[in-house]
Amino acid sequence: MGRYWRTLRRFWCTAVAVQLEYQVNVLIELLAVAMSLSGSLFLLSLFYGPEQTLGGWNWAQALMVQGLYTVFDGMATTWLRPNLGAIVTHVREGTLDFVLLKPIDSQFWLSLRTLSPAGLPEIGLGLGLLGWGSHQAGVVLTLPSLCTVLVMLLAGGLILYSLWFLIAATSIWFVKTWNATEVLRALLASGRYPLNAYPPALRLLFTLVLPVAFLTTVPAQVLLGEAAAPMLLAGLGLAVLFFAAARAFWLFALRFYTSASS
Amino acid sequence: MIQVEGLSKIYRVAEKQPGLAGTLRHFIRRRTRNVTAVQNVSFKIEPGEMVGFLGANGAGKTTTLKMLCGLIHPSAGEVQVAGHRPQRRQAEFLRRITLVMGQKQQLLWDLPPMDSLRVNAAVYGISDAVARRRINELADLLELGEELTRPVRKLSLGQRMKAELLAALLHEPEVLFLDEPTLGLDVNAQARVRQFLAEYNRRTGATVLLTSHYMADITALCPRVLLIHQGRLFHDGPLEALADQLAPEREVRLELESAVAPDAFAGLGRLEQLDGCDVRLLVPRDQLTTVVAQLLDRFPVRDLDVSDPPIEELIGGLFRQGRV
Repeated sequence: MGRYWRTLRRFWCTAVAVQLEYQVNVLIELLAVAMSLSGSLFLLSLFYGPEQTLGGWNWAQALMVQGLYTVFDGMATTWLRPNLGAIVTHVREGTLDFVLLKPIDSQFWLSLRTLSPAGLPEIGLGLGLLGWGSHQAGVVLTLPSLCTVLVMLLAGGLILYSLWFLIAATSIWFVKTWNATEVLRALLASGRYPLNAYPPALRLLFTLVLPVAFLTTVPAQVLLGEAAAPMLLAGLGLAVLFFAAARAFWLFALRFYTSASS
Repeated sequence: MIQVEGLSKIYRVAEKQPGLAGTLRHFIRRRTRNVTAVQNVSFKIEPGEMVGFLGANGAGKTTTLKMLCGLIHPSAGEVQVAGHRPQRRQAEFLRRITLVMGQKQQLLWDLPPMDSLRVNAAVYGISDAVARRRINELADLLELGEELTRPVRKLSLGQRMKAELLAALLHEPEVLFLDEPTLGLDVNAQARVRQFLAEYNRRTGATVLLTSHYMADITALCPRVLLIHQGRLFHDGPLEALADQLAPEREVRLELESAVAPDAFAGLGRLEQLDGCDVRLLVPRDQLTTVVAQLLDRFPVRDLDVSDPPIEELIGGLFRQGRV
């Protein structure tokens, strides 16, 4: 375990060092993040006027959902996209060979090799939105509800990661799966609105097949004291199930890896 | 150290006709066919041996190397490397081997090699003190100094390959799989990499399997060669035996005091070239001493040189003639 921890520290130190190698690029990225954030806030202000509700959620509550979505989107920028997006490149260029020849779990390497600090301000803003929305909605934070929210956020993160990793792993056969991950990201964007805003068929889809509901709506419900225990258990169960599926699928896919020719 | 028995690999590859129609057909209904990359290959390599792996492009060298590393699952046959089945890719096995590919790199492009080395040290569980000692030792052997703290993208090809070798050897592997490690390097850089590999093998007793397009790599390092063609093993033995097998004749070059008529060389091997005083003959190996004695006796010889025809020409010729 110590070896994995030390490796992770080195991974992230080199990731930050690579980013800082190009000073201008860092500035441009920060600028891009600032512009994208102000864009989404503007959009939000258009969507939710103070008097409006959406699927029974008032605007302060919807703001909490938007905050949670922003946190996950930032997480995707910081962690998922740089790492899982690189799997396709590794397969196409044959550099996956070097990963597979290291005496360390290849899924660990591919999932945590790098990070992009560009998404961190987005996570910060998401948490800010969540806090402000909660305050406006009159949420009273207790220790049990805080713990439950954290657990549900972890479960949501695990679901998102596993779905993304499952798609990235198919590049072993199909090589280029960038389009598929873009579709996934677009679907996840549906998590920025409360689940009740959608028709029943889509609600079912977003709960069981592509469980975006557990990323945003359910944690917000926990804070509002509206979450039902079966829903929480279902979220945890799905997280474990998706992670196990991603793990098993990766081990299965590796048997078909043919390595790019030299 | 390495045991291979009846190893085969069959790939399924997609076939696509040229042009737009072909592209559309390929997109809608993909046609594939099976290609045999390696067929029933068997050999054994003892600990500490340095073995050259020869063959034309697409002969199956890299596929075999990748099966030995455990990157590709064999379609048939058995492989054992350092007592392990490579395709299981156990950590214990991976700590004992390394793969260097001349065409791919593991060093981080934007950072100095030292950063990649520190990552590798952590991955292999090597303490900082031990890693520092090993890096110093290997850097001395490879004549690397401040290059280790310069971004990889600023290094020359030769310096980069030496840094790649350092990264690949940091964990002191016992088995080295080297796939074209000198590819694209200039003559001096090639020679330095060769010297390093010979010295590393002498010091550590590591087993080395080396593929190269440069015959000089093989002749300098590998007493034994495996020749593979169209996925089949064609030769396994000393390089000289391969030369004997491929070229039963030796080349004799003469520089004479004065020109001689071509028919004067009748019965003295095959006359390949006669250009004034310069003569080139191909003489069967078993008649070499007799013929050389006769040449010295009959002609006013100023200089005489006996050599094997270059091995790459022999192998190339063999492939072209389809004799293999």
